[in-house]
Amino acid sequence: MQLGKRLDRLPEDEDRFLSVHSENRAWTAAVHFILTVLALAFFVPIMLVISASFSDERTVLLNGYRLWPQNFSLQAYEYLFLDVTQIFRSYGVSIIVTFFGTTLGLLLSSMLAYALSRRNFRLRNVLSFIVYFTILFNGGIVPFYLLITRSLQLQNTLWALILPHLVVGFYVLILRTYFRELPEEIMEAATMDGAGEMRIFFQIVLPMSIPALATIGLFFILFYWNDWFTPLLFIRSNELVPLQYLLHRTMADLQFLTDNMSNIPTDIARPPVPLATIRMALAVLGAAPITLIFLLLQRYFVSGLTIGALKG
Amino acid sequence: MAQAHSKAIARKRLPSWPVIRKELRVNLPLLALALPGLIHILLFQYATLPFLLVAFKSYRPALGLWDSPWVGFRNFEFLFTGTGKGWEIIRNVLLYNSTFIILGTVFALAIAIMLAEVHHSRLSRIYRTSLFLPQFISWVIIAYIVLAFFDRDQGMINAMLRSAGANPVNWYGTSEAWPPILVAAHLWRTVGLGSVVYLAGILRINPELFEAAAVDGANRWQQIRFITLPSLMPLVIVLTLLSIGNIFRADFGLFYQVPRQYANPLLIGSTDVIDTFVVRALSNSGQIELATAAGFFQSFVGLVLVVFINSIVRRVNPERALF
Repeated sequence: MQLGKRLDRLPEDEDRFLSVHSENRAWTAAVHFILTVLALAFFVPIMLVISASFSDERTVLLNGYRLWPQNFSLQAYEYLFLDVTQIFRSYGVSIIVTFFGTTLGLLLSSMLAYALSRRNFRLRNVLSFIVYFTILFNGGIVPFYLLITRSLQLQNTLWALILPHLVVGFYVLILRTYFRELPEEIMEAATMDGAGEMRIFFQIVLPMSIPALATIGLFFILFYWNDWFTPLLFIRSNELVPLQYLLHRTMADLQFLTDNMSNIPTDIARPPVPLATIRMALAVLGAAPITLIFLLLQRYFVSGLTIGALKG
Repeated sequence: MAQAHSKAIARKRLPSWPVIRKELRVNLPLLALALPGLIHILLFQYATLPFLLVAFKSYRPALGLWDSPWVGFRNFEFLFTGTGKGWEIIRNVLLYNSTFIILGTVFALAIAIMLAEVHHSRLSRIYRTSLFLPQFISWVIIAYIVLAFFDRDQGMINAMLRSAGANPVNWYGTSEAWPPILVAAHLWRTVGLGSVVYLAGILRINPELFEAAAVDGANRWQQIRFITLPSLMPLVIVLTLLSIGNIFRADFGLFYQVPRQYANPLLIGSTDVIDTFVVRALSNSGQIELATAAGFFQSFVGLVLVVFINSIVRRVNPERALF
């Protein structure tokens, strides 16, 4: 739909970057300098971890972690890949949870948000209050825990990781605001042509809302991928350990990872665990996917957020 | 006469059948669309509320929620006077959040002002991307990063101290070290987002103001002081107020993961906030009532505070009020 495409890119806003303050070379140079230093400084912590993961274990034990890999070595990664079972399993769990969580969450949230955005929906005010009140007040961690384990008996299941976070009042609010700004004429025209509300939603509104859905979808992905707290509360068996939680357990207790690598021969034949570097390698593996996604999509994400902030 | 009158009234109260049908044709599908999300909210948000009663009871899992004995406010009393933990976690969360708000605002503003000077849209995007990146990294991984800096044996800081001839510090055993570290970690993660919001605010300022000021001979610094900052003040005030509304809520991941509270109990005193206390107490089944009480306190006070703050915000800048 042409309208949808136009809402994607609003060139005027980006171009405003080019004309805020008047020319002043020295000042601009200084600003660029500071920003460059800052950007690099922001990157330093990440570099430290990456370089530590590619360093030789013995050198690190002697000299500590450095910004550049010392005696470049793939030791830590080799060890991790000796038995990838747990890591692959955790990746799998994370991918499944993120995929289903994001798609279901987007679906349910947008359906609800759309209904709340329609002015002729009689229940709009009551339901809006019910939904938005949850932003301001909720039971907290213990009631949540008791509900999932005592009432719903979902402990130690994938559902416990996916279900609780599907609909969040805050995201429904954002989506509703977006839906409200869509032109009514299109929907009225569709109604005139005999389309029902459901059809309008799925065949007209959704395709027009790709930018908003993409942004909220990214929030969902970010949440589900990085969620280690829900597994902390509810997951007990190793098959259901998602990636970030694996990282957490390994951080707390390196044994957790090494004990689960059952394919490695024990005792004599087992190579020594590169303790200092293996954690860093694990961290890199844990952060790489989402960082890559961010870097690939950053053009849309960073601009989109700026424009969103501009309009909000 | 009376009959016709009452019939007329009846006709006013009950809409005619075609009208009802039209309403239903719109409202029923909308309700159907809303229903799954609504059920979810009712189930996963509202159904948790009865369990808040645990805060007022002496919870016995065998008896369940309803049959456990009622103890009124005793759990709250114990939380504040008995263990004293109550005051400690409140003090911590207030101090940390105040620092976050003040420093966060200052840095986000400074960065936004600088970003607005960048006329090159590609470079600007590169800067913004690198400032944004930490948002995508989970606290677990950040805990690893902090470990890489502060580990007693391999940490980069201690390695640099050693090579400079100084003594290495046992960071994970020194509780005073962690407030600054946590503040730095929080800023690292959030300043990117804050600066983008303020940047948007700066971009909304009418460029003619700056041109006029330049013509009048104002240098860049004066332009910032007299145009940029005052224009941003309403936004700063509103965002600060909203943050104050959330001042009892802490980012659990930051306080639990970065100091590795599960492994370093010495650090708990200076890094414990309501959320970390609740999680720790939850695992101690003897303290589940305390945990619930603390969480209830946080949610309740948070609600009161947000409503109060919102009424202030509504007076300052109505469009930005939450409700």
